[in-house]
Amino acid sequence: MMASSYNAKDEDGHHPGSVGSGGPGAVKSKKPDNTAFKQQRLPAWQPILTAGTVLPAFFMIGLIFIPIGIGLLVTSNNIKEFEIDYTGVDMFSPCFNCSQSYSWNSTSACTCSVPFTLDQPFESNVFMYYGLSNFYQNHRRYVKSRDDSQLNGDKSSLLNPSKECEPYRTSDKKSIAPCGAIANSLFNDTLELFYIHPNGSRIAIHLVKTGIAWWTDKHVKFRNPGENNNNLSIVFQDTSKPVNWRKPVYELDPSDPDNNGFINEDFIVWMRTAALPTFRKLYRIIQKKKDNMTPTLPPGNYSLEVIYNYPVRSFDGRKRMILSTISWMGGKNPFLGIAYITVGSVCFFLGVVLLIIHHKYGNRNNNADIPN
Amino acid sequence: MLGIENLPKLAGPFLKTERKGPAAMIQQFEQDHGGGMAKDLAKNRRVVMPSWTEHEEIKELQKSYSRNKVRTTKYTFLSFIPKNLFEQLHRFANLYFIFLAALNFVPIVNAFQPEISIIPIVFVMSITAVKDLWEDQRRRKSDQKVNNRLCDVYDRKQKRYVERRWAEVCVGDLVRLCCNEIIPADMVLLHSSDPNGVCHIETANLDGETNLKQRQVVRDLPQGSEFVPENYSSHIECENPNNDLRRFRGFMEHPGKVRVGLHSENLLLRSCTVRNTETVIGIVVYAGHETKAMQNNSGPRYKRSKLERRLNMDVLWCVILLLLMCLIAAVGHGFWLSGLQNPIYMIPDDTHPALAAFYMFWTMIIVLQVLIPISLYVSIEIVKLGQIYFIQNDLDLYNPVLDTGVQCRALNITEDLGQIQFLFSDKTGTLTENRMLFRRCTVAGTEYPHHENGPFTSKHTPLILWECAVVPDPQLQAKLNTLSSAMRSPPRQQAAEISHILDFFLALTVCNTVVVSSPTQPRHVSPTTPSGTPSYTPSTPVTPALSSGAWSEDVDDIQKAKVNSADESESDDEDEAEELLYEAESPDEAALVQAAKAYGCTLLGRSPEQVLVVVPGTGPLSIPLLHVLPFHSARKRMSVVVRHPLTGEVVVYTKGADNVIMELAEADGNLGRRIVMERTQRNLDQYAREGLRTLCVAKKVLEEQEYEAWLKRHEYAETSIENREELLLESAERLETNLTLLGATGIVDRLQEEVPETIEALQEAGIKVWVLTGDKQETAINIAFACKLLRPTDHILMANCDSKETCEARLHELQHEIRQVTKEGVSEDDSSDCVLVIDGRTLDYTLQKELQGSFLELTCCCRSVICCRSTPLQKSQVVRLVRDKLKVMTLAIGDGANDVSMIQMADVGIGISGQEGMQAVMSSDFAISRFKFLRKLILVHGHWCYTRLANMILYFFYKNVMYVNLLFWYQFFCGFSGSTMTNSWVLIFFNLLFTSVPPIIYGVLDKDVSGETLLDLPDLYKSGQNSQAYLPSTFWMNILDAFYQSLVCFFIPYFAYTGSDIGVFSFGSPINGSALLIILLHQLIESRTVTWIHTAILLFSALFYYAFVLLFSLTCVTCNSPTNPLGIETKMMSDPLYYLVCGLTTVLALLPRYYTLEQCHRRLSAQDYSTSLRQWKENKAAQRLSSRHVPQNLSVNADMPHLTDCIAEAGAVLS
Repeated sequence: MMASSYNAKDEDGHHPGSVGSGGPGAVKSKKPDNTAFKQQRLPAWQPILTAGTVLPAFFMIGLIFIPIGIGLLVTSNNIKEFEIDYTGVDMFSPCFNCSQSYSWNSTSACTCSVPFTLDQPFESNVFMYYGLSNFYQNHRRYVKSRDDSQLNGDKSSLLNPSKECEPYRTSDKKSIAPCGAIANSLFNDTLELFYIHPNGSRIAIHLVKTGIAWWTDKHVKFRNPGENNNNLSIVFQDTSKPVNWRKPVYELDPSDPDNNGFINEDFIVWMRTAALPTFRKLYRIIQKKKDNMTPTLPPGNYSLEVIYNYPVRSFDGRKRMILSTISWMGGKNPFLGIAYITVGSVCFFLGVVLLIIHHKYGNRNNNADIPN
Repeated sequence: MLGIENLPKLAGPFLKTERKGPAAMIQQFEQDHGGGMAKDLAKNRRVVMPSWTEHEEIKELQKSYSRNKVRTTKYTFLSFIPKNLFEQLHRFANLYFIFLAALNFVPIVNAFQPEISIIPIVFVMSITAVKDLWEDQRRRKSDQKVNNRLCDVYDRKQKRYVERRWAEVCVGDLVRLCCNEIIPADMVLLHSSDPNGVCHIETANLDGETNLKQRQVVRDLPQGSEFVPENYSSHIECENPNNDLRRFRGFMEHPGKVRVGLHSENLLLRSCTVRNTETVIGIVVYAGHETKAMQNNSGPRYKRSKLERRLNMDVLWCVILLLLMCLIAAVGHGFWLSGLQNPIYMIPDDTHPALAAFYMFWTMIIVLQVLIPISLYVSIEIVKLGQIYFIQNDLDLYNPVLDTGVQCRALNITEDLGQIQFLFSDKTGTLTENRMLFRRCTVAGTEYPHHENGPFTSKHTPLILWECAVVPDPQLQAKLNTLSSAMRSPPRQQAAEISHILDFFLALTVCNTVVVSSPTQPRHVSPTTPSGTPSYTPSTPVTPALSSGAWSEDVDDIQKAKVNSADESESDDEDEAEELLYEAESPDEAALVQAAKAYGCTLLGRSPEQVLVVVPGTGPLSIPLLHVLPFHSARKRMSVVVRHPLTGEVVVYTKGADNVIMELAEADGNLGRRIVMERTQRNLDQYAREGLRTLCVAKKVLEEQEYEAWLKRHEYAETSIENREELLLESAERLETNLTLLGATGIVDRLQEEVPETIEALQEAGIKVWVLTGDKQETAINIAFACKLLRPTDHILMANCDSKETCEARLHELQHEIRQVTKEGVSEDDSSDCVLVIDGRTLDYTLQKELQGSFLELTCCCRSVICCRSTPLQKSQVVRLVRDKLKVMTLAIGDGANDVSMIQMADVGIGISGQEGMQAVMSSDFAISRFKFLRKLILVHGHWCYTRLANMILYFFYKNVMYVNLLFWYQFFCGFSGSTMTNSWVLIFFNLLFTSVPPIIYGVLDKDVSGETLLDLPDLYKSGQNSQAYLPSTFWMNILDAFYQSLVCFFIPYFAYTGSDIGVFSFGSPINGSALLIILLHQLIESRTVTWIHTAILLFSALFYYAFVLLFSLTCVTCNSPTNPLGIETKMMSDPLYYLVCGLTTVLALLPRYYTLEQCHRRLSAQDYSTSLRQWKENKAAQRLSSRHVPQNLSVNADMPHLTDCIAEAGAVLS
């Protein structure tokens, strides 16, 4: 900054050589302060990586990571997961017919029943997912095609949704509620699960459809417009349903007012767009039996009843139903465990290599600090 | 009084012709500038009359001239925003980012909300704007201070001088100044309290020279005790404002149509200080920004550093990388689209895939824009400010004697200090003290060794008084004493010699420009008129019939005549003499005057017309000074023409470089003279060998007619406007012929302290040190030995040629010689033992195009080059040749005006604030006060600045590439749709806020090697010379590492979450978290020193990030439509998986770097490394001492092979 411009000194007259300029105190010494900061002598720790600091680090990482990895792997292996593809690509698969005849607007529901067998019992709560593959919910324009204020119950947004929703913003000169491509493509297959008792009887398994969305979403982010108006059909009367939907938003779950309209949990779950093109979304929860004696899902034969509405064949998509128990680390995924074990082992190995090198070539100095 | 009275008598014809002169001059001026005053007034020149003039036209005109208010600020309150914006838009980088922001407003390609994309550019530009504003504010304050100064301006209404602010002074005002006041504007001097009509000014504020300059009242103006402004009604015409400090042309027209020429002698320059004169009155001709001082005031220097050039290259690479990535994404998007048939998740769009791909290209440029580090340029500026702050605050570079530290005048080339390969040094004042001591002299062929002066031992006495006492040589003293002790008349032979000696000392006393003042008296009291003392010229009683040869015979008479008064004044003289203070433009002169004083020839005072001296055996003598032909670098000598006080003859005394004077001195077939000249030459050679600066003194007695003849032509020269310089030069040359050699002096200029150590250290650091000096070859070589630039074992190659052909042949010969030398002595290390010594004339030949190549080839084989007798132009030519042809970093250091061009030519110019004024400092990038400071400045600060900045830049590249690649990898999983898994706010702020401060701290504070080690081991400097901290390979290593880290950082979360129900932004959360950790810890690994500041900043950055995202995800329900982050971070961070993923990612990403670093540090573990290097250094020193005939195969690398390797390796890997 000194030379940044014509500085005051230029016309000051306080030249060091000039005699008789300035009174006492006017001549201020330019001697820099002798402080540790200004003289760059701040006490410093030097992260010089010597054998003394590095070897323990490697071993420590190894020792910490390997047990974590084992823990993760064991946990992951304990998770029971069952997955079945019901897309119906195959000629012989039960849903082949349904998959062929596709239309968003067909009035007659196409149903198919997919039998499967569980070899092992599923203990505790079982989470039922639907999975889609090759479905790019993370496409840039798709992700943005929504109006959060509308979903938050904002009246003006309800009638005048954000431009981001185009071209699913209005239909028949009425605003669409909920607007946007995400809502428009809401997954609308209905999945039901039956246990086929060895005696042949089909026992419907009770599927809980609440509690599948995030608490914040259900209670904060998504709100029906007209908070106290229980009659949603009036609230939504000036809007039109998304073009692909069979029924308007206020009929998503007519049986339960707390799960209807924008706060319908299936809808909320769908609205949280998936990160990757192959994803699953929580669909239902099968709660464990109260007696705690029998498993939630005993081994045996089951049947998945599908009301097949959702077309995926046009983009080579796949639809799956997944049953899974859950641990503290989420669903079944052996990757993290394996990765931890691998990294831990590599570190350990490097540590050993270094140790050998140091022993061989002599450990010269462990002092990491340069005297300042 | 004396001078005035004498003047008409002595210079009668002079004054008469004076009137003729200006007429010619005025005519010329009119020719130059067209038309008379009445015609077009405004054109080409300005007319100035007192501000109360009734001449309407002029009054109007005068109003149009700039007022004295100065405004150096760039902006006003209103113009700040538009002007600053405009200036910032000149930067290419800013334009690029504005283009990106604009791109985001195009709906079809936009990636973020438009508002978000303008945040970075607004942020960066506002930081720059704030910085500019702050600088401007400082300027404004200094302006205000200057504008509010007060001065006395004559007010016609009140008929007295009134105080007025500087800002209110305007052209045509009559200003009265007292001693020690600063001149508010450029004024023509109308009156001075000094009876001789002179005034002294000190130009320290202008060019730093503290010696006094004389200014003269305009001729023909009434000089009395009182100056009546009312009576002044002349008008001035002069040239338009320009920046030439040494030129001022114009004339003054009195009411009687009499015109008097004006030149720079009449001009008082703004911001100079009035000295030695009680009051002066002047009329303002240029005010405010039109003053010469302001016109010379250029802004700070802008140079682009080598590192910055390299950086710009790599920014280009980043652009290419960016385009490549965008292209991949665009092509990918096109293919991805073409394979789809209207899937449900696609928004219906008829765009052809190819066109969509084209749009996608631009979208991707927006998404990946962070790859080009926008904040890098701002960060670099901030870092350099920090570095400069520390350099300026270094106590080791502080000189308590002068109370100065380092002055960093160039703000943006700190890192160039760390890459210097060639150092060009001036000798005098740079390597040496430029504090001259009279050591020996030769008078009339007899050498007086002055043994009592002693060898120059006391090397470490920092506070040496200006007056270094000269102990007179007893022999010489004795001879002189015969003069004063007039007991007996000396034999004739001796008499001639003594007259010679007296002449010699008289010449030393008179032939100079030394100004006398005494410390007890305030400077303003004129010391020149000891009119009360019995100093009357004794010239009248002296019989003019005496010839100069017989002058000694006359001595007795004078002695007798003066014996009484001498006794009287003896004691007075003693006291006075002790207190006399000599101020000279060149220290040599002061030394010579001091020496003469030691022999009783004391200079008492000097005025333009006379010199007051004491000659042994007489009282104070007043010697009429007829002319001074000042020193000129082309003539290399100066002369004075005086009327001899005793003989009344017109005598020319000339003093100058020995070779010049020896050429001009003529033996005239006189055997005695020839012998004298031969002897003197021998002595001169001897002096030069001892490293003394030599000067010759000669005289010439002019016949009266001869003088008249010369005078006529000289006056013409003096008064002409065109070619005045040339004519004066020619006139001087005409006078300085047929000189009689009086003698020669040898002056020692002691080396500055620690110069040999510094040069040795610099050479060890791989810097080639060249000395470019105007001195004699022998002197230069001697000094070179003294400062260890030359070692006794060195092979000196001389190149002194008279023609281009011989020069060419000589160069080839020398190359051959070098080859032989290197064959004989086994190449010990990279530096050879040859030193080339070349003189100015040969240098001229070698600088010609044809010989440049072979000259450079030759110099490459030499360890050092010494150029003697080189002119300032040659100095800069040499620097340019080496800089351009060898493509190396050059540093030039010098202290005088003759080094300015060299300093400006070099990549880094360093000025030494010393005895020779401030021109060198003013044109330099860094100013230091001693040569020894160069060692720490270059070896420590240079190294630090370079490595710090290089590492910071590399880190910046790494950081951006690493972060941007995360987004890039995601494109493979979102159909190349330009989707991001990060909230756009976080995305923008990540680089701008969360991770921008640590690198800056790192760039300012990091120390890769401690300062002590760097000083101990200059070898470490070589890493900077070879740009090892920032090689292209280093850059690519960093980019690769960034790629690796981003792969890890993306794919570990990817595999951990694949197939699960994770949402887009939830997926981004652990990726961002671990990216932050990786980037900060990477920084920690890179830092070689970690202080509490580092720790605090790193912690702060991490906390800032987490605080921001948590707060954002807690509160933002609909604030960031359509991608509100509500609940994401809180949800993710309450999941243990988040920490497991972050932990694994961070460790795996940093593992390779950590490991390779360890590998290097294992071999470089700090203490180990320095001790072993020290050992190696000792070995090397021992080697050097041991006989060179023993074959030494141990080269630097052979000796400690892994060391240098590893330094390089470390440089490559670390950064």
